Amino acid sequence: MPTPNTPLWEVFIRSRNGMAHKHVGSLHAADSGLALQAARDVYTRRGEGLSVWVVPSSAIVASDPADKAMMFEPAESKIYRHPTFYEVPDEVGHM
Amino acid sequence: MTSLALYALRRADDALILGHRLSEWCGHGPMLEEDMALANIGLDLIGQARSLYQYAAELRADGSDEDSLAYLRDAPAYRNLLLAELPNGDFARTIIRQFFYSAFADPYWRAMTRSADPTLAAIAAKSEKETAYHLRHTAEWVIRLGDGTAESAKRAREAVDDLWPYTGEMFEADAAERGLVESGIAVNPDTLRPIFDRKVAEILAEATLAVPKAGWMQSGGRTGRHSEHLGHLLSEMQFLQRSYPGATW
Repeated sequence: MPTPNTPLWEVFIRSRNGMAHKHVGSLHAADSGLALQAARDVYTRRGEGLSVWVVPSSAIVASDPADKAMMFEPAESKIYRHPTFYEVPDEVGHM
Repeated sequence: MTSLALYALRRADDALILGHRLSEWCGHGPMLEEDMALANIGLDLIGQARSLYQYAAELRADGSDEDSLAYLRDAPAYRNLLLAELPNGDFARTIIRQFFYSAFADPYWRAMTRSADPTLAAIAAKSEKETAYHLRHTAEWVIRLGDGTAESAKRAREAVDDLWPYTGEMFEADAAERGLVESGIAVNPDTLRPIFDRKVAEILAEATLAVPKAGWMQSGGRTGRHSEHLGHLLSEMQFLQRSYPGATW
């Protein structure tokens, strides 16, 4: 139920064992204080996180879906950029 | 019933009845986010109620359990604060009611972590973290409603004035409870009063709402004299167990 008084916020959560905050969803809130509380109430009910970020959705700059071909297709044919052509010595162990 | 069993039962009733009131918001919140926030607070309170009922049942040793205490007692046997049973009203009223309760419960549970009774101290250790958040969340809303639009300020002001006479009951302690205070089991409510008053004054000032003057206070919940609202609440909450005794699923 979006209203003009409750802009959209993106929510990022760092899980118990995760290193980085990950995007988990969005919510509506009147201001940053309530957005942080709403993020806690909506997205951490099952012990998902130890740290929460909220960011105004309007602050996010996104790529244009129409530019998809130009932006991402050139990378698809560069298999040599994947480190799959190396023999990993046994001494290295699990990577 | 021993004074300790009654003490636990009274706090259990507070938590269950207020938690049930909040559960009535489920699906009706002003926005999805707040719908979940109120349900979360309600679930915290019902969790506190369960622990306290289990302890009360254990102390009563009369074959009662948490379910029979919650579902098979009629209104006069309930010992909750009148504040807890008052209808939700609008969002502002629900928030003000929760703010008043939480402004009391926060220092109450923090102090109870030092109770000489290990079970109550353990319940307090879990409850104080939950209640600290309830206070923070409701205080943020009190500020925004009071210092918001003319309409939100009006509704918040009316709720403060209507609910204030129900806050005195939180600081009551009868002779039996004074005895528990003496033995270090219960908290002396007089020591919580200045903390409550300071918090309420701070938040209402920020919300540009006037603190009501001390005046006549409602009373009766602790001895089973309730408002008409509790019977209606129980008829809904207890319907299933009353209609299908012992039902499980």
